[in-house]
Amino acid sequence: MADPEIKSYEPYHESQSAAVTESRPVRIVAMAVAFAFLAIFLLLPLIVVFNEAFAKGASAYSEALANPDTRSAIRLTLLVAAISVPLNAVFGISAAWAIAKFEFRGKAFLTTLIDLPFSVSPVISGLVYVLLFGAQGLLGEWLKAHGIQILFAVPGIVLATVFVTFPFVARELIPLMQEQGNGDEEAALSLGASGWQTFRYVTLPNVKWGLLYGVLLCNARAMGEFGAVSVVSGHIRGLTNTMPLHVEILYNEYNAVGAFAVASLLAGLALVTLVLKTLLEMRYGAEIAATRGH
Amino acid sequence: MEVRVVNVRKEFERFPALHDVSLDIRSGELIALLGPSGSGKTTLLRLIAGLERPTKGAIFFGEEDASQKSIQERNVGFVFQHYALFRHMTVADNIGFGLKVRHGAARPSAQEIRRRASELLDLVQLSGLEKRYPAQLSGGQRQRVALARAMAIEPKVLLLDEPFGALDAQVRRELRRWLREIHDATGHTTVFVTHDQEEALELADRVVVMSQGRIEQVGSADEIYDIPNSPFVYNFVGESSSLPVKVEDGQLWIADRPIGLSAPQGAPSGQALLYFRPHDVELLDGCSGCIAGTVAASRRVAGTRRVELEVGGERQRVEIELPVDHPAAQKSRVAFRPRRWKLFPAS
Repeated sequence: MADPEIKSYEPYHESQSAAVTESRPVRIVAMAVAFAFLAIFLLLPLIVVFNEAFAKGASAYSEALANPDTRSAIRLTLLVAAISVPLNAVFGISAAWAIAKFEFRGKAFLTTLIDLPFSVSPVISGLVYVLLFGAQGLLGEWLKAHGIQILFAVPGIVLATVFVTFPFVARELIPLMQEQGNGDEEAALSLGASGWQTFRYVTLPNVKWGLLYGVLLCNARAMGEFGAVSVVSGHIRGLTNTMPLHVEILYNEYNAVGAFAVASLLAGLALVTLVLKTLLEMRYGAEIAATRGH
Repeated sequence: MEVRVVNVRKEFERFPALHDVSLDIRSGELIALLGPSGSGKTTLLRLIAGLERPTKGAIFFGEEDASQKSIQERNVGFVFQHYALFRHMTVADNIGFGLKVRHGAARPSAQEIRRRASELLDLVQLSGLEKRYPAQLSGGQRQRVALARAMAIEPKVLLLDEPFGALDAQVRRELRRWLREIHDATGHTTVFVTHDQEEALELADRVVVMSQGRIEQVGSADEIYDIPNSPFVYNFVGESSSLPVKVEDGQLWIADRPIGLSAPQGAPSGQALLYFRPHDVELLDGCSGCIAGTVAASRRVAGTRRVELEVGGERQRVEIELPVDHPAAQKSRVAFRPRRWKLFPAS
């Protein structure tokens, strides 16, 4: 065994068999339809966003972004993402750990609950918080008595964002962890590692790319969320407006350059996310392959 | 380290996987748990390791009751069927892992860990592969790394779960001999699980044959093969043939003809099953006391000819093995008598 045989895990490529290959015209039509669709519904709007943003030149663009209210919206969006993404990462890891590695009562229920934000309209997610924390809400009286402001303030926006984005990391990790099973963890324990050491040195490195992928998607959604945040924010300029909300306000005020300048930032974020996502998929496709679905 | 399993019972969600199993493992011996899937052999191994807890009973390491200890405290080296190597760590880091996670004074310096790792790599004959990742190794090499990793913590007991199960036949034979050498050199008490009888008989000092959550027989390869104590062991280890016979007047009968074998003392009269090895027979030229049958089928299997005979009025089928060039192989009727045999009550 001096000369080791190297076995790598190449992703499985399906070769095209002649039997399932359509005739040339059919293929061209199918591709044309797909590309035309993408161009009209994705590419064109993207071009419009940047076109409008720079309609009055680069100086007007940077001026629009320098506006204090816009600045504050950007800061708030970053703050909300900075709080909700780590929270959801922690939640996602623990939920995935529990679901993938243990058997317990109510497991199926928990799995279903995690998907809830995907199936509920974001407006409803926001309204739930109004009903809970609003002046007439369940906890409204108590909060008011203790001088705690949740609704129409940063905490409300964070809560709504956390709710809307909590499936992303968990959904990414659960299938990955389930597929990997308990073998590596059992090996680490048998070698004397504590529970925390096992998690830190074995479990986490095994899922790190899937985790990064989930965090990326979670972040994109956290920064871009409109519906739920709109309900709880109160739209107070310079205070409780996130970037998506600010875009709407500017647009309604016929400030096209301002609106599209902020929108261009969001579009830029989307593009960066897309590129990173593609890079991750190219590099670690096998590890995150089992996790499509949204 | 001597390991004693005392009256252990294990249930999974009320389904019993092991019924009241007791086993003494001697210090320094290489012992095999052999059985078909579902026989409970892997469960027994995992119980010894502490990966599972017994529903009832206890497991002793020497004089110490280990059953209350966690897997970390038991200090066992466990080698998994699919290696369970940490894929993001190099070979050297994999082997050093058990030392790296130790606390305080028990933890060797990084340099010492590296030294130990390359020492163990020498032992498993993989020197120079320290920097490789598991994905860059062949199956056999991964299994060697897994063994080195388990030995790095200086375990009291080495436990191997189907260590060669995922390898192809040739690598398997090679690793088998190699494991025996390592065992002789290091003297670890070693328990391995296998469903491959050849592996168990060739490699182990003693073999534990298991079936349906129970131990059927414990013994050396010779004892297991030559003196099986149940029809299951006869069937599972090696080839076996069986025939229904009748015990009467201290003789064995098939369809009102004595077959020239006297019943063992204390065998009750009535129906019974005669077991023997198909190759362990004496061929006779016609007889008054023998088993005679019509040749129903004849196949060439490697160095022997396997002949299927129909015996008696009920045309019971039985298989025996003949040398390829034996004249009896050409005949349509063959008479024989088993040399070594055993009688079991008819079920």
